[in-house]
Amino acid sequence: MADVNRGNRPLSPHLSIYRPQITSLSSILTRITGNALVVAGLLITWWFLAASSGPEYFAIADGFLRSWFGDLVLALSVLGLWYHTLAGIRHLVWDNAMMLELDIAEKLGWACIIGSVVLTILTLLIV
Amino acid sequence: MRYLTDRKRATGLGSAKSGVHHFWAMKVSSVALLILVPLFVFTFGPALGGSYEEVTTYFARPFPALVAALTFIIGWKHFNDGAQVLIEDYVHGTAQKITLILVTCLSYAAMATGLFAIAKIAL
Repeated sequence: MADVNRGNRPLSPHLSIYRPQITSLSSILTRITGNALVVAGLLITWWFLAASSGPEYFAIADGFLRSWFGDLVLALSVLGLWYHTLAGIRHLVWDNAMMLELDIAEKLGWACIIGSVVLTILTLLIV
Repeated sequence: MRYLTDRKRATGLGSAKSGVHHFWAMKVSSVALLILVPLFVFTFGPALGGSYEEVTTYFARPFPALVAALTFIIGWKHFNDGAQVLIEDYVHGTAQKITLILVTCLSYAAMATGLFAIAKIAL
């Protein structure tokens, strides 16, 4: 049967009129952290390249990574990395159609955020 | 209104036939990274801060070198696949294709650089 109502159906609410929720926020954070990790990834790759090239070049890259700016980028990246890791575990669970109930999904969102902060503090203490 | 059946309207508008492959590739690489990322964080992390000699000696050892090499391969592939989704959502048309090609080039270039560096340090 042909759909006679094409183009005249109610649309899904768009971002601008959505109330921020922990589920949507934690989903957006997954994307931001994952893609932002490109910065740390390139810096670390550069550091390894410098280490393979010799002491002079290594001193430049190592100096940059261990400067206050490098420390800041790496510390934020650790936070992003652990957040993205926990959110990834959440996705692997969700892919099995488990724990999708709204109250559990919201708890998982908080678990990702709080867990990533705890893991970051632990990492910075250990490393 | 066009007098076409639903079937006729849908024919030719199907998926690109590779969505499941992309989904599965991300799933496999994410599970691999679940193991590799903690190993890399706690091998690279303590190594950062050492002198040139300490760093090159440390990454000449099999375990740190292999963890770093595998993290470069899987990590950059996972980034490439993930960034592809981001680009497909926000960039369209020719710009999308160009961005996808550039990000793929960047990912493989970074992967190759990391592997070259590890090989040179380790051998």
